[in-house]
Amino acid sequence: MTVLQSSSSTTNKVLGHPLNAWYVAAWDHEVTRKPMARKIADRPLALYRTEDGKAVALADACWHRLAPLSMGKTVGKDGIQCPYHGIVYNSAGRCASMPAQESINPSATVPSFPVVERHRFVWVWLGDPTQADPGLVPDMHQMDSQDWAGDGETIFAPCNYQLVLDNLMDLTHEEFVHASSIGQEELSESEFVVTHDDRTVTVSRWMLNIDAPPFWLKNMRDKFPGFEGKVDRWQIIRFEAPSTIRIDVGVAKAGTGAPDGDRSQGVNGYVMNTISPETAKSCHYFWAFMRNYCLDSQLITTQLRNGVHGVFGEDEAMLKAQQEAIDANPDYEFYSLNIDAGGMWVRRLIERMLQAEGRLAAAL
Amino acid sequence: MAATNNEVWQSATVVAVTDVAAGIRRIELEPSAPKHAEPGSHIDLTVTINGEQEKRSYSVVESLDGGNTLVISVFKAPVSRGGSVFMHTLKPGDTLRITQPLQNFPLRVGAERYVLLAGGIGITAIANMAAVLRNVKADYTVVYAGRSRAAMAYLTDLQDLHGDRLQIHVDDEGSSLDVSALIGGIDPGTELYMCGPIRLMDAVRRGWTERELALPDLRYETFGNSGWYDPEEFVVRIPRLGIEATVGQGRSMLEALEDADVDMMFDCRKGECGLCEVRILNLDGAVDHRDVFYSERQQHAQEKMCCCVSRAVSSATGSRADSPGRPAVVTIDVS
Repeated sequence: MTVLQSSSSTTNKVLGHPLNAWYVAAWDHEVTRKPMARKIADRPLALYRTEDGKAVALADACWHRLAPLSMGKTVGKDGIQCPYHGIVYNSAGRCASMPAQESINPSATVPSFPVVERHRFVWVWLGDPTQADPGLVPDMHQMDSQDWAGDGETIFAPCNYQLVLDNLMDLTHEEFVHASSIGQEELSESEFVVTHDDRTVTVSRWMLNIDAPPFWLKNMRDKFPGFEGKVDRWQIIRFEAPSTIRIDVGVAKAGTGAPDGDRSQGVNGYVMNTISPETAKSCHYFWAFMRNYCLDSQLITTQLRNGVHGVFGEDEAMLKAQQEAIDANPDYEFYSLNIDAGGMWVRRLIERMLQAEGRLAAAL
Repeated sequence: MAATNNEVWQSATVVAVTDVAAGIRRIELEPSAPKHAEPGSHIDLTVTINGEQEKRSYSVVESLDGGNTLVISVFKAPVSRGGSVFMHTLKPGDTLRITQPLQNFPLRVGAERYVLLAGGIGITAIANMAAVLRNVKADYTVVYAGRSRAAMAYLTDLQDLHGDRLQIHVDDEGSSLDVSALIGGIDPGTELYMCGPIRLMDAVRRGWTERELALPDLRYETFGNSGWYDPEEFVVRIPRLGIEATVGQGRSMLEALEDADVDMMFDCRKGECGLCEVRILNLDGAVDHRDVFYSERQQHAQEKMCCCVSRAVSSATGSRADSPGRPAVVTIDVS
């Protein structure tokens, strides 16, 4: 286990990942009876479903000679068979059969990780299993609520997961990275408010009486055909440790009371983001866009998914370039700006989790 | 939690020794490179026997303060190979070489129900598991069997901690454990973790198989140091190599063959892997199979044995009363 050197939040360009946490391993539809391989938090996993449909996460290395179990096949009610010498493990990771002998070696086990299926995702806990409380799965209830419709995708981002969190906690970058869709100059000009507690950080920004950028104008016209005029726009970014960010976004006809809670004259979406570290320099970035209007329109679901896909493609290019620049300039530090307040609180909460796990030396 | 056999050696200082039952001593160690011991883990350590260094394994009873203090408990075996006698000589301030915790007996969190079964000193492997299951509010029962209360370590502590979840069976109080009743009462979906003498473990294994309960739900580890019969000195012969060696009471057959410069293959040295298998050509006596590699059918066949843990005994029944008075002789061939 690596203990990082103590340093302040400003100089940790990238962060290690807590292990005592739920991370999304896969979308629910990705995990089937056919085993699949995925690395989460530096741990190669074999994911599959039992005959009863229960998702299973085992270490992707047979006890015997470490052949990847994900290359094997599911057998029986809940077992998986190593593709190399046929050793079978059950969903708890216990050897159930050794083809070449009449007995089973009692030591033959592979690690089995706690799994919870919730909000259309398969979540896995890679730390101390005695702390794996399902109540700690981040709230992403819009993913499977009848009041919300939408869909998403996975980005394989070639950067440390912390860079994605930084990206989502400060949306002033939209003005520059996403100029043709959701960016506008009011993003950088308007005030924002940051609050936090032990597990969450919230950044709120309201932009009143502005022109809707192209993405939001299209959405308004889906709900209010022929809409013209100014809007009140909001972005309420909520981080939940260690790496889930839901962004309550929308616009409403200007002056109709959205800042006071009446969003009936507007369109509201949730950008759901949950990021699972893969290695120190790569992550699986699971996102979805959920909306609370025109719920039965698959056309709009598809259009929004494709639209956000395009927007996030712009982030992906920037994040990749940023990681490459970090790697290419190891002696350069990060400096921070006021706009980083949300992201800096995220770093602070993650550093505290790492300290609690003994994986980051306490700040001096 | 999974098996880890990556031996990281370090030094450890004895900080406290306490007698916790008749013949059982609690030894608290402070390791130089602390690592938390998960339930079911053990440490290997080097003991000095007649001036020679040998390796022994002991379950970690408690891992305190993230592994800064590791507690083991050692029963001074009446027929010791010398390890437990050495361990009982330790005093506070002594140092010895130990490994970081090793794991061959991982507890899985998340089973529907658990039965933890400890026979005698086997409680050392079970106590830590019971504490974790209590903390995670699992549905568990601890079954603790011993010869007499005086010989049962940690009895009061366990009663305080586990209350009604602890079932005690004491031979000299007439409440001996009825293995078939215990196994008969197990529901599918229950995981049973056991540690104790081989007769108890064999009885549980047999009952488990007869009830056709899922084999992977029966969890145990073996250090291969408990047999059906007391260890005796015996003779091993390898005609092809012209070798005859005596296996002393405190030595394994594998060690005796190594001493005789036979090029032996082995790995686990605790009767699990089967790599040290030898072919039995002739046998004067009986084999005390102490391995878990062979099935019952294979053990009865007496054609092969795992020489790392299994022994020969002089009488065909294993009972000393039936002993012909001369040592057993096992004639083998090796690969």
